[in-house]
Amino acid sequence: MSTPLDTDAKLAAYAHPEKLVTTAWLAEHLGEEGLVVVESDEDVLLWDTGHIPGSVKVDWHTELNDSVTRDYVDGEGFARLMAAKGISRDDTVVVYGDKNNWWAAYALWVFTLFGHPDVRLLDGGRAKWIAEGRETTTEAPQRPTTQYPVVEREDTGIRAFKEDVLAHVQAPGGGKLVDVRSPQEYTGERTHMPDYPEEGTVRGGHIPGADSVPWARAAAEDGTFKSREELEAIYQGEKGLSPEDDVIAYCRIGERSSHTWFVLSQLLGFGQVRNYDGSWTEWGNAVRVPIAKGPEKGSVGTSA
Amino acid sequence: MAEIVEDFQALPDRERLQLLLEFSQGLRPLPAEFEGHLEKMERVDECQSPVFISVEVDGQDGGAPVHLHVSAPAEAPTTRGFAGVLQEGLDGLPAQVVLDLPGDVCHRLGLDQAVSPLRMRGMTGMLARVKRQVRVATAT
Repeated sequence: MSTPLDTDAKLAAYAHPEKLVTTAWLAEHLGEEGLVVVESDEDVLLWDTGHIPGSVKVDWHTELNDSVTRDYVDGEGFARLMAAKGISRDDTVVVYGDKNNWWAAYALWVFTLFGHPDVRLLDGGRAKWIAEGRETTTEAPQRPTTQYPVVEREDTGIRAFKEDVLAHVQAPGGGKLVDVRSPQEYTGERTHMPDYPEEGTVRGGHIPGADSVPWARAAAEDGTFKSREELEAIYQGEKGLSPEDDVIAYCRIGERSSHTWFVLSQLLGFGQVRNYDGSWTEWGNAVRVPIAKGPEKGSVGTSA
Repeated sequence: MAEIVEDFQALPDRERLQLLLEFSQGLRPLPAEFEGHLEKMERVDECQSPVFISVEVDGQDGGAPVHLHVSAPAEAPTTRGFAGVLQEGLDGLPAQVVLDLPGDVCHRLGLDQAVSPLRMRGMTGMLARVKRQVRVATAT
């Protein structure tokens, strides 16, 4: 850890306060040696319209994915990308983005697959930085190319594949899952958007046994994460999940569920949380996987 | 529309994004009747940002010219860019020509690589809604 931690009181209550920084902390440390700010947005042009000074753009869609296979880049691809962006293995990386850090959390999750030692999220993301009237620029930073080591991606700890999810739901008593999509997607009344069959799935519904917690419930009005107490009331109080549980989160393509993965694992300290990036676009199109419809959680035994 | 497609095609990937950014900046402000009255417009659900469209057709037959009004927030420049391309590309075209536009016209801009296919869906969805409004306006 080359860069000091943010000791903000709200962050201190989380299980892993070292995974977050506030906008005030970032403003204070901006430009320091060993700190790289990364913007990762849903909107591919947003960084170009103005960004935190010195920040580099990393686009989840076009840079973190393999261009052919539905998968992320491999160790060599990640090393190449990091070198080109001017990021070293021992740099502290602070990621921020639009839409409550929706895609920023996804980028952070991918950085974590490669075990980048120190990667943090800016609490409140882009919207909060701008709402506070902090400095932005359209100038592209000039970062010299770095040497980033080739580290193979570790897909077992925080990533779940379809087969893992199947084993999870078929386990005795059924595994714990969190479906973070909209209630309409969860019940199955919506398989795709109107006029929009190409993003649709052949089946609507949810994975049997999944609790419905739309991802945005974890965010406060200003896009920051809710306090630890509020988050515990939702996931532990209302849904009965516990930090000892083995939990899988999913959405449509794994981006909103990365946000929930972050909440459960980093903020609430759940020890075993995996993100199922295949999510509903894979599950809802797969042959012979069990699906539950309607508002009830269902289980493998009761799924239609 | 064909001209805009040619303009995009003539550029390398990186510069296509720049051109899209210019289109986003060129999106016309809403006419007064819609200002503060987004309920009079149709929300484009396919876009993850609050985007609203309204199609104006000057007449009821297939030859009537079409105009497109769009509201898209500043923090959604890609969506604004898509809207800007459609606004400029369709403006004044006869209704029937708009209805006959091929469904894949958005993909002909050559942005799939630079923008990603997932994001292109917002534009495809927007065009589908424009066509539907034109169809409704010209139905006799």
